[in-house]
This record gives sequence, C-alpha cells and structure tokens, in this order.
Amino acid sequence: MKHFFTLLSHEIRMLLVTPATYVAATLFLGFMGLIFSQILEEYSARAQEISPAIVYFQLFWLPACVMVPLLTMKCLAEERRLGTIETLLTTPVTTTEVVLSKFGAAYLLYVSLWGSTYGFFYLLRRFSGDARYLDSGPLVGGFLFIALSGLFFVAIGVFASSVTSSQSVAGILSCVMLAVLLIGGNAVAGSNWLDQGILQSVKSAVDYSHVFGHRDDFTRGVIDIRHVLFYLTGTILALIFSILSVEAKLLHS
Amino acid sequence: MPEAAPAIEVTRLVKTYGGVTAVSDISFHVARGEIIGFLGPNGAGKSTTMRILTGYLPATSGSVRICGVPVATQPDEIKRCIGYMPENNPLPEEMRVSEYMYFRGRLKEIPRRKLGPRIDEVLEICDLKRVRHKIIGQLSKGYRQRVGIAEAILAEPPVIIMDEPTIGLDPHQILIVRDLIASLRGRMTVIISSHILPEIEMTCDRVLIINQGRVVAQGTPAALRREIFGHSTYVLEAAGDLTAALAPALAEVDPTLQVTAEGEPDAGGVRRVTLTTNREDELGEALLRSLVRREVRVRSLSRTHPTLEDVFLAATKRSWDAVQKPAR
Repeated sequence: MKHFFTLLSHEIRMLLVTPATYVAATLFLGFMGLIFSQILEEYSARAQEISPAIVYFQLFWLPACVMVPLLTMKCLAEERRLGTIETLLTTPVTTTEVVLSKFGAAYLLYVSLWGSTYGFFYLLRRFSGDARYLDSGPLVGGFLFIALSGLFFVAIGVFASSVTSSQSVAGILSCVMLAVLLIGGNAVAGSNWLDQGILQSVKSAVDYSHVFGHRDDFTRGVIDIRHVLFYLTGTILALIFSILSVEAKLLHS
Repeated sequence: MPEAAPAIEVTRLVKTYGGVTAVSDISFHVARGEIIGFLGPNGAGKSTTMRILTGYLPATSGSVRICGVPVATQPDEIKRCIGYMPENNPLPEEMRVSEYMYFRGRLKEIPRRKLGPRIDEVLEICDLKRVRHKIIGQLSKGYRQRVGIAEAILAEPPVIIMDEPTIGLDPHQILIVRDLIASLRGRMTVIISSHILPEIEMTCDRVLIINQGRVVAQGTPAALRREIFGHSTYVLEAAGDLTAALAPALAEVDPTLQVTAEGEPDAGGVRRVTLTTNREDELGEALLRSLVRREVRVRSLSRTHPTLEDVFLAATKRSWDAVQKPAR
C-alpha cells in the first residue's frame, strides 16, 4: 500500500476537476435543500411528533441512487476506455491500490457532500435561537448511517465501473444495483408472501439487509453491530469483486 | 538484479486468448544498452509481446526475464526496471503536463528532492518546456507523443519499451525522437516497434521481425539483407558490344557475378543491365575498369541496397509461404 496516498490524492484532484462532480454536488445540495425547506414549512405549519432530522434522512435513498453513480461511474470505466489503466498498472502499483484509491476518493467526496448538509441544521439553530431544533441524537445517528451505508453504496458504484469500459453503462448498472438493494429490499420486506413458513430463512435474510430498517434504527439512536457488519462485509466483498474484475479483464484483454 | 544478465531474455513465449494464439513460441535476447526494432504487420503479436514484457499481461507459457528477473514471479520488481509507452499513448486528458510527470514520478518511486530537477531535464530533452503548464487534452498529437516518451524515460529505467513512439509525428519531431532514442544507446536498453522502417533502420542496432506470433527474422539490417536476399545487386547502364564484352568482364571480376535482367537499348543505344553476386565486398570499381578496357561505354554503375522495407516484406512473405505450404 506504498502508493495508496499518492493515488488517493491524485484521484481526489481528478474528481475536483471533473464537471460530473460539480453536477452531482449541485443536484445533491439543491435537492437536499429543497427537502429541508419542505420540512421547515411543514413543521412551522403544525406541530409534529418526530424530530425534523428523522424526516430529513428518510429520503436518503434518492440522492444515493443518483449521486453515487455520478461519482463512481467514471473511476475504472474511463481508465479502461482511455487505456490509462495500462500505463498505471505498468508502474509499481497494485490493482488493490488502484481500486482502493478510487473508492477512497469517491467515498470522501460522498461523505463531504452529506457532511456539508449539516449546515442546514446549523443555520436553523442559529437563526431560530432554539437548541431543540438541532436534535443531536437523530442527527448524529443519521449522519453515522450515511457514513456507514455510503461505504457499501460507493463500493457498489466502483464495482459497476470495474465491469465495463462505458461510463454510461457503469452509471446505469450502479443505479440499478442500488435501487434493487434499497427500494427492492424495502418492497420485499414489506410484502406478506414471505411470511409463509418455508420462506422464513429468506425473510430473515431480507430483514437483515433491509436498509430502510437500518436507517430507522440509526436515527432512533440504536446502533446494532449486525447492521455495521452488514455494511462492512458488503463493502469488502464489493471491493474484492472490483479488484477481481479489473484483474480478470487484464487476463482476457 | 544480476548485472551480467541480458536486459531482456524471452524463451519460448506463448500467449493465447480465447483459443487464438497471439504469440507462438518466440525466443530472443536483447543485450544491455542495445536498441532493438520490433517489426511486424498489424496483428503479428508485437503489442502483446511488449505487454508481456512489462508484466501487464501474463504469458500462457514460456519465460521472460528483464535484467535477469523473471517477470512471472516478480512483476513488481520488473515494473521498477521498465519505462513503457503503450500503443496509442493513452494519457489523462484533464491533467497538466507537469502535474502528470510529477504524479508518474511519484508512482515510479523517484525521491521528491530529485523529482523536480528530473522533470525539468526530461521536459528539456523532449522539448516540452513550453507546454509544461498546458492541459494534456489540449496538446497536439506530436506533443502528446513526446509526453509519453518523456514519461517512459522519467525514472531512467534500464529497459524502455515503446510501442510505435513516432506514429503521428511530423518529420521534424521524428528527428527529435530519433536523436533522443539514439542518445539512450549504451545507457538504456530500448525496444521500439514502428511501421516507419527507415526510422528503425537508422535508430536500431538490431531488428526483430515477427509475423503471426513467430519470429521470422532477427539480426542487424545488413545481416538480414544477406540472410534474406543472399546477394548484392548492381545496376549497369552501358552502350557498346555488351553481348561480347559483358561475360568476360564479369568473369574476370567475380565468377559469381551474373546478369539477372537486361533491358532494351534506348535511343542512344544504352541498355540497363541488372547484375547479382554472392560477394558482399564492393566490386564496382573493378567492374568499371574491366568494362572500360573492353571499350564498353558506361553511363552509370550503381550498387542497389535492399531497404529494410524489402527485407520486411520478404521475411513476412516467407513466413506466410511457410505457413501456407503444409495446407496445400
């Protein structure tokens, strides 16, 4: 891992000079700002039972499905399309370092963008002059969930980029995989047909990987180690598959 | 790294993908400090061989050693010994030239304090100082090629592998690249592939021609001419009684000298005659004296040298014939 930080700083710089990054950032901050202003309007109209932070994180899946593909679709697909992966891998760097640096850069940007939305709550507290508006429990839980789930989502994006040399295919693939994990998992978990005895093991697997359920637990302040393990193992597996995918493409190129 | 080992040793190298044999049992050695030209028609297996030499692609069988180090088992060590410029010279479009050189220098483990002066040096050598702050995507083809070459020599590796480095360059830039490669002679081992054959002939100590994944000829351009054509050719333009004078004149100079083609006389009675001999040394002066003594009016006498292009075409044709023969 001697060259990891050289590659990581290069990747961060490359992300910062790519228009797609700014498109993703603008869309994301615009969308989250809109959600936040809607929440404020609702809360100012009538009293609500739950913290605004909980409501704020409920729609996390939409920016995740759009922003993660925008941040990751280019990382390995473009290297392969341009052929720069060849010049990169003929220097003393390993495929693991290359994949991890691309993952690290995309993840840092993803987390930074989410982190910047803390400013909404800070402004609310500052201008309302009431500490209750900044309900720290759900807020910390929510950001922790974003940081943890982001590892897995970004790893899925990197994996999608590793299997093709087309950025658009990588983007669509990443979006579909995230949608299946987030929305598909939620739809299956909510259906009754899994309650039959024979499908109990499937139901327990679906419940275990129910991302919306994890979000609710985190924003309630419940940090279940099984959830943490789910995201960490998912991240590690997606990254291992990304490394294998890059190396398999080399073997068959 | 064994000092006495050849720079590149390739033994019975085979590479197949999806049932297609791209490289079939090729073997060659390149001495340290030697510049070797790697020739072959498109799809002959040049780029595949070069990629295997860099450790980027694994070989199906056979062995490759760079400076005595086996590529298959120590690819990381090999990557420190080579500078590689791939075919089509892929470069990151968004980076500035100096940024790219710095990034590559760090990846190639050049110490920070040496990297700045070394970047200045290679930019100077490759005439890139004027564009060092420009974005690579905005550079012309010639500049991009030179960025690729500068990157390949940046870490001063013992072996430099360049796949078609002069493609797309204008004659002036080709001259710069030729001088640059020639300046590496003796210090670094260079293996270059190109379709610009006069370029290879002028730059390289030795030539290796491959076709259909096999080495079909290797040696110095002169040795290849001897091996493939096996004779020297002279073209004589002369008038007079050639029928009577030519045979004894040729026999006197060299018994193997013979007429292989004879043209019709032009309006002045001058004929064009093609002569061949097995001898390599210069026979022109002796032949001229002998003809003049026999009162032949000589307008011109010249020795023709088959170009490397002729050698290349003959060698590749010979290999095609060898492949097609068993099928008949």
